[in-house]
Amino acid sequence: MARNLLYWEDVEVGSELPALAKTATTLMLVKWAAASADFNPLHFDLPFAESQGIGRPIVHGQLKRAWLVQLLTDWIGEEGWLKKFSCQFRGMDYPINMKSISEPAEDKVTHWCKGKVVNKSVENGEYLVECEIWVEDETGKPTTPGTATVVLPSRAG
Amino acid sequence: MIPEVAMKFQGKVATPMILEVEKGAIKKYADAVGDENGLFWDEEYGRNSRYGSIVAPPGFFGWPLKWKGTFVLMTELRNEFMKALAAEGYIRFLDAGIEYEFISPIRAGDTLTASLEIESVTGQETKAGTRIVCVNKTSYYNQFGALVTIARQTSFLSRT
Repeated sequence: MARNLLYWEDVEVGSELPALAKTATTLMLVKWAAASADFNPLHFDLPFAESQGIGRPIVHGQLKRAWLVQLLTDWIGEEGWLKKFSCQFRGMDYPINMKSISEPAEDKVTHWCKGKVVNKSVENGEYLVECEIWVEDETGKPTTPGTATVVLPSRAG
Repeated sequence: MIPEVAMKFQGKVATPMILEVEKGAIKKYADAVGDENGLFWDEEYGRNSRYGSIVAPPGFFGWPLKWKGTFVLMTELRNEFMKALAAEGYIRFLDAGIEYEFISPIRAGDTLTASLEIESVTGQETKAGTRIVCVNKTSYYNQFGALVTIARQTSFLSRT
């Protein structure tokens, strides 16, 4: 299996991370609830979601966080280290329904995870890269902004 | 103004929780995210990596040894806090954000101890009224006593 390797020297401030596409479905939310043990009915129970004033079940904030982590770990490869991470759940995101046990009702990307390099530095022998990251919905609205610091291998050794 | 009872929880520490980082649970988590990184799936790939085994995706800390409830870290302390606030009418709970400092890798087979502290409880005025902002700090230690991750999770509790 080809191993993904990213060197600190090959990263430029201002450059964008390879975007990660996600299709949030009701199936994905059920899987996430079971895998993360977040059984808040806000994410699967329509009357409860209505009673909470959000209209209908929403995507788990922590699932969007996990997407953003994947955006970063995909990018840095296994020699990189995600050192710091933060994100804020500022907007509601909604899943699409299923038309069969495995297919979404619509064949489309519902969310994009994106990022941009904002700073590079070397501190205590660590080659650091700081990024802005976010999840945006279909309309391009960022709902989940955040920041991350990664440590990358250097050609300097 | 936020209810006095809310402030009483600030600084309280929950009974530590023991979590097992099972290989199967890691794979289930990666599948739910849609993450096909071999480090989380493929044992041979993991063995040949610098970690020497499958690792947990950052942000996954396994499953509690003893657990029932609706959230992994829904400790008795958090339950008490939520109940006390619900009695004051703060019935709406929203996860507002998370912050991590990842210090060392978490490998399949590790046993973690999670120590949760209600770090701060403050009030915030919004158009819809006062909301309570609660920050929980969780420190995760592995079976060797090494601190592997510090997490800070922010929640909003409101009446409407």
